[in-house]
Amino acid sequence: MINLSDLTIEKAQKSLVSGEYTARELAQAYLGAIKEKNIDINAYLEVFDDVLAQADIADLRIKSGNATELTGIPFAIKDNILIEGKHASASSKMLENYVATYDASVIKLLKDAGAVFLGRTNMDEFAMGSSTQTSAFGITKNPVDTSRVPGGSSGGSAAAVAGGMALVALGTETCGSVRQPAAFCGLVGLKPTYGALSRNGLIAMGNSLDQPAPFSKTVSESEIIFKVLAKHDPQDSTSVPEDLRLVNTGNKDGKKIGVPRSFLKQGLDKEVEANFNSSLEKLKSIGYEIVDLEMPDLDYSLAVYYIIMPAEVSTNLSRFDGIRYGYHADGKNLLEVYMKSRGTGFGKEARRRILLGTYVLSHGYYDAYYNKAVLLRDKIARQISEAFKKVDYILTPTVPSPAFKIGEKMDDPVAMYLCDIFSAPANLAGVPSIAVPSGNTNTGLPMSIQFMAPHFREDSLFEVGKAFENVR
Amino acid sequence: MTMEDVNKLSSLARIEMSNEEKAEFLENMQSILGYVDQIKNADIDGVDREVGTVRNVLREDGNINQRGAYTEKILAQMPETENGFLKVKQILS
Repeated sequence: MINLSDLTIEKAQKSLVSGEYTARELAQAYLGAIKEKNIDINAYLEVFDDVLAQADIADLRIKSGNATELTGIPFAIKDNILIEGKHASASSKMLENYVATYDASVIKLLKDAGAVFLGRTNMDEFAMGSSTQTSAFGITKNPVDTSRVPGGSSGGSAAAVAGGMALVALGTETCGSVRQPAAFCGLVGLKPTYGALSRNGLIAMGNSLDQPAPFSKTVSESEIIFKVLAKHDPQDSTSVPEDLRLVNTGNKDGKKIGVPRSFLKQGLDKEVEANFNSSLEKLKSIGYEIVDLEMPDLDYSLAVYYIIMPAEVSTNLSRFDGIRYGYHADGKNLLEVYMKSRGTGFGKEARRRILLGTYVLSHGYYDAYYNKAVLLRDKIARQISEAFKKVDYILTPTVPSPAFKIGEKMDDPVAMYLCDIFSAPANLAGVPSIAVPSGNTNTGLPMSIQFMAPHFREDSLFEVGKAFENVR
Repeated sequence: MTMEDVNKLSSLARIEMSNEEKAEFLENMQSILGYVDQIKNADIDGVDREVGTVRNVLREDGNINQRGAYTEKILAQMPETENGFLKVKQILS
């Protein structure tokens, strides 16, 4: 029996290369775990029928001595990342029967590395949500406490890794959609610099914010995945060429951590606050210096996000018209086909955000909402850049409170949106951020802190993350 | 926001909604707009959009897909086709 509970990429890779077990046996172990647990957790929408065939190819490669660090490593993939020939529904009725016609660039890179895809994971519909409760295909439970949500929108990927049903996983981030579920499930979640990983082949939500993002149990595993995926891609015009990535962008070995104290006052749970303060003490004990930061405009981050994102959503989702692909409802003329297909194909939250986006972009409101939000976004980004002239990291709790009960916050959109209050600055400014587990509450729920670093300084995030893992 | 706005948004966004749902949406919007309205207090005096270094982000037209390479796959995703064409409702009457 392979012990899956504390397995890492490094350990699995060592065992695969030494012949202790094969990629097929490793895949079988995960398929067994999925069979046993997925009925209850609902992390996967579909387990692929070619998992063992993929593993056999990996085994051949390992035998021939050409294995990479990811050869034979079992991944769970969020349902909004295209794999050629597989369904990709973004957990929406709109795309229930959609089969991807090409591989996303990140999938191509994982295939080239020899990774094994176990299946596609549940998510909030079109990645809109913070609890995986808006999926058209049922909720996902948190494996740590099945009465609670796993977070979202990449909740299925988080639950797959936390529940021992995948070694690692890919999710996507628009505003905390990987860091927040990582925090709720006790995992590491990395939001890369905007432009570091290709968005080609992701079902877009907010183009100026989206990034593919890995989940893992340890920081070094996220580092391995990041290094494989952080490649310039000509198919994504916002992908940054490698020679432009590390220009004037901070100091890798710096030890100064800034804390935006006044920003943290917003709705912080007492236990999370105490855990955050004790995490600061632990960081001090290993030589990090902690300073307070004044960043007043961060307070507007989430409000700015809830204008820019719906604006991009309403534009992006206009492509789902019931004509070229996806859900189609019949009507007596073209307009009726649009109205009915979109009215029944999209779930409630998706409809809400499309209408909100249409509103903030409409004549008479455009300047007051969208234009002002765009300017404020620039101001926030500049405030963050200024902060990085004084400090090497910005640290906050990942989420203001631990995982909540299933069913909670569904009737109160603003309460749900506030889960991502600390996530918004990194996505708006495009800087990288890593969520690292920082201990458990009295009732055993995971808590987490997140570091931000200057653009393309993921290397420093890995360094501080690993240092913190040793003392937490 | 008023019910008249909701009706207009629903038709602009091409999303059919029941009256019941429109009422619920209107209620949600009051609280969401109540939250995002805080940006009205933010000071943006002197903030100009900064333009970064300009560079060409368009890829070269090399390695073009072979004609027809994806046709079958794309057609297979369409709700209704005829002789390799996408079929839609009559637009001009």
